[in-house]
Amino acid sequence: MKIGTPKEIFEGEARVAMTPESALQLQKLGYDCAIETGAGMLAGFSDKAYAEAGVEIKKTAAALWKDADIIAKVREPDENELKRLKSDHTLISFFNPAGNEKGMQAAAKKGTSVIAMEMVPRISRAQKMDALSSMANIAGYRAVIEAGNNFGRFFTGQVTAAGKVPPAKVLIVGAGVAGLAAIGTSTSLGAITYAFDVRPEVAEQVESMGAEFVYLDFKEEQKDGAETGGYAAVSSPEFREAQLSKFRELAPEMDIVITTALIPNREAPKLWLDDMVKAMKPGSVIVDLAAPAGGNVEGTVRDEKIITENGVTIVGYTDFASRMAAQASSLYATNIRHMMTDLTPEKDGKVVHNMEDDVIRGATVTFNKEITFPPPPPKVQAIAAKSQEKPKELSPEEVRVQEAEAFKAQTKQQVTLLATGAVITLGLGLIAPASFMQHFIVFVLSVFVGFQVIWNVSHSLHTPLMAVTNAISSIIILGALMQIGSGSFLVIILAALSVFMAGINIFGGFLVTRRMLAMFQKS
Amino acid sequence: MDLGFTTAAYVVAAILFILSLGGLSGQESAKRAVWYGIVGMALAVFATLIGPGSGLWFFSIVLIAGGGVIGYMLASRVEMTQMPELVAGMHALVGLAAVFVGFIADFEMGNVALAKEAGTAKELTGFAALIAKKSAIELSILRVELFLGVFIGAITFTGSVIAYGKLSGKVTSAATKLPGGHALNAGAAIISFLCLIWYLQSGSLFPVILMTLMAFFIGFHLIMGIGGADMPVVVSMLNSYSGWAAAAIGFSLGNDLLIVVGALVGSSGAILSYIMCKAMNRSFISVILGGFGGTTGPAMEVEGEQIAIDADGVAAALNDADSVIIIPGYGMAVAQAQQAVSELTKRLRAQGKEVRFAIHPVAGRLPGHMNVLLAEAKVPYDIVLEMDEINEDFPSTDVAIVIGSNDIVNPAAQDDPNSPIAGMPVLECWKSKQVFVSKRGQGTGYSGIENPLFFKENTRMFYGDAKESLNKLLTLIN
Repeated sequence: MKIGTPKEIFEGEARVAMTPESALQLQKLGYDCAIETGAGMLAGFSDKAYAEAGVEIKKTAAALWKDADIIAKVREPDENELKRLKSDHTLISFFNPAGNEKGMQAAAKKGTSVIAMEMVPRISRAQKMDALSSMANIAGYRAVIEAGNNFGRFFTGQVTAAGKVPPAKVLIVGAGVAGLAAIGTSTSLGAITYAFDVRPEVAEQVESMGAEFVYLDFKEEQKDGAETGGYAAVSSPEFREAQLSKFRELAPEMDIVITTALIPNREAPKLWLDDMVKAMKPGSVIVDLAAPAGGNVEGTVRDEKIITENGVTIVGYTDFASRMAAQASSLYATNIRHMMTDLTPEKDGKVVHNMEDDVIRGATVTFNKEITFPPPPPKVQAIAAKSQEKPKELSPEEVRVQEAEAFKAQTKQQVTLLATGAVITLGLGLIAPASFMQHFIVFVLSVFVGFQVIWNVSHSLHTPLMAVTNAISSIIILGALMQIGSGSFLVIILAALSVFMAGINIFGGFLVTRRMLAMFQKS
Repeated sequence: MDLGFTTAAYVVAAILFILSLGGLSGQESAKRAVWYGIVGMALAVFATLIGPGSGLWFFSIVLIAGGGVIGYMLASRVEMTQMPELVAGMHALVGLAAVFVGFIADFEMGNVALAKEAGTAKELTGFAALIAKKSAIELSILRVELFLGVFIGAITFTGSVIAYGKLSGKVTSAATKLPGGHALNAGAAIISFLCLIWYLQSGSLFPVILMTLMAFFIGFHLIMGIGGADMPVVVSMLNSYSGWAAAAIGFSLGNDLLIVVGALVGSSGAILSYIMCKAMNRSFISVILGGFGGTTGPAMEVEGEQIAIDADGVAAALNDADSVIIIPGYGMAVAQAQQAVSELTKRLRAQGKEVRFAIHPVAGRLPGHMNVLLAEAKVPYDIVLEMDEINEDFPSTDVAIVIGSNDIVNPAAQDDPNSPIAGMPVLECWKSKQVFVSKRGQGTGYSGIENPLFFKENTRMFYGDAKESLNKLLTLIN
């Protein structure tokens, strides 16, 4: 089958869904690759590079759409492209299914199978094809660069001969993939970075990236982010109030604010209100990564950079990934390649559209002339869903009750053990003669001493312990020595053998123990 | 010399033995404690030689010295990786000696009975004189004790021989059973019990011989049915048995020192077995009966892929790391990689990195096996830590290196209630930032279950022979 990638039509879109490198990998899966001429130009991949990788160059989009069985592209298809769909096509692309009813209907009517890259479920196995994450990663990085571009000062603090430069203070709102990427970039540039997220469980990740997590003074049962597929959920009004007042408090201090708060299939929440923008110092920069979903900041203008009256720059671009087209293309192409790997279990260049597979099912929005969106919840839960239940904090009384119960159980066990032991011993005493009982006392006491002593032996000395017990268990030699002189030839032979063997054991055991112990050295 | 002196010597020897075991609570005191054991043993042998009932003492000393030479050679030549074999082999000797001593006691009883009939009982000396004084009921108790001593000793003997074979690779380490399985063992045990009754009734030698053969079979078949990685339990169990055999013989000979030492050794082995079983979250019975318990459902599906890495990658990660934990397993012993591990540790520590070792109680084929190997390679013992001491430190560790261990680092024990090893305490190495697994190939561990650790995102597989891989790594770290 042939995989074709047309040139992106969308104004300003520089990315491409196939790179020469990914084409080589796709060919290993048994596919032929084709590309519309100039498709990779804006991302820095020339037709020549594609041709060298064995990709067929098509002169026109029409020829490509006609010839290819699988179309891989970046942006959702526009009306013209939808018309070009055929019944045996498989389209892999971003599709925005939640806001593209028309597109889905058109594709379903034609019978095209559409795999929407943004619908890849967030489970560990699918991470390698999670294009949203790879694009968000780029966006987070680019957001910091974009902010730096519009910010008139250093990120890092310096003490120079010409005076002291204070470090920039950066606040990142939302610590998802984009947020974490932004945190990483910002801290590595040397800024003092703060981060906020409604999911307190990401605090650890934030802190591991070198930023400071902004905690709210607010008690509420937080939904585990993992339950909602790794995304934040909508928060309560009280929570929102606490959050906004915290932001209000932070706003005058911050030089750069990057907002990344998105809730799936909803308009982005407004978190940075007008008064906060006004409270910021002139020259400060806000980058609103949520601009495609309406923006987190009041005053964001989609696709534009504006400067407010008090001199704060608000960047509302939506094409951060496209602004780094080379990087974005190679990551996206790799995501597509991994998707194709999953679609081609036999590596024979034939697509097997397995609707039983969680990942494929989740990403498929039209199949067999039907709209299959939204998908059923995946059988495997999201990445962090396996987080173990935290043991409940016990109150002091409960602890005391538990301890008392444990103590009682222990006492009961010990008493039963002792009682049985005593009964058995007494019973034995009734029938056994006194001479036996004398030895029996010695035996029981020795077992007792043995148990007390051995429990204290350090784990690391278990091997020497075995060697030394081995050596001393050759005390059996005494038995042989006592008898060797008193009896027949057979007795002497057997006794002699026993003495001999025990001799090996005594010397061997003690010497090897000494050898081992001498090796244990302190640093 | 009279009995009083001998008994006094026995008391001193018994105390020395207890001190010698107690001294093993710390590495430094242990070095002194061995001497207590040696002196105790010398005293006991000396007292017995000059005490009542012994004869041919020159011959005995020659025999001891002869055995001593062999023992010395064994002890000074053995490789530390062969310790499990050596220990198992020595158990076999104790077991066989117990069997012989038991038989001798039986012969003596026969002699005494003959002498009594002939009216010459008063001329008997030593042990025979002791028997001659015994009443009928005491004699049958003596028979039971002796019978038990021989029975346990015989099981210890063949069991240890098989364990030795398995540990040294001369016998297949897989669990193998004859058709009939444990029914055969049970049958042999029942026959042995019948022999006991027969023996008590008749006092003849034949039932003892039959029972000995049965016990030989039980020892052989029982240990054949247990797989290689359960050997720590088996060896400590045999250790325990050799003690109980000595104690039983001690009863029949009326020798308190034998009883004391037998009981000490017996309880020591029993505790070791208990600790090992606890560390595998399995009952002693299930280990002895062989194989893992049945699963209660399908195992959790493992997601992801095993990602390989080469020495350069590992070296780069180690150069960046501040704290490293190494988890050695039996694979390290097999590949003889402990020297390379030690060298790696030395170099990393020279760079100011924190390097520690995490030892699972059942790592290796003998309790404490890994500690001895690392000590031999001159790894200081204060950076070699037990599971409980180090498990909490993994989340703050940069790199964990797993060398030749598998089941003891399997997260399925915690995550998957259907796993055969569910509930077994494991080293939580996957919580560290990065895990490298040095492993020969993509096989499963002893339990035969897939290890999800290898599929984790922060795990990289460093394939190849542990020693070669580490040596390659050493050239990249300076």
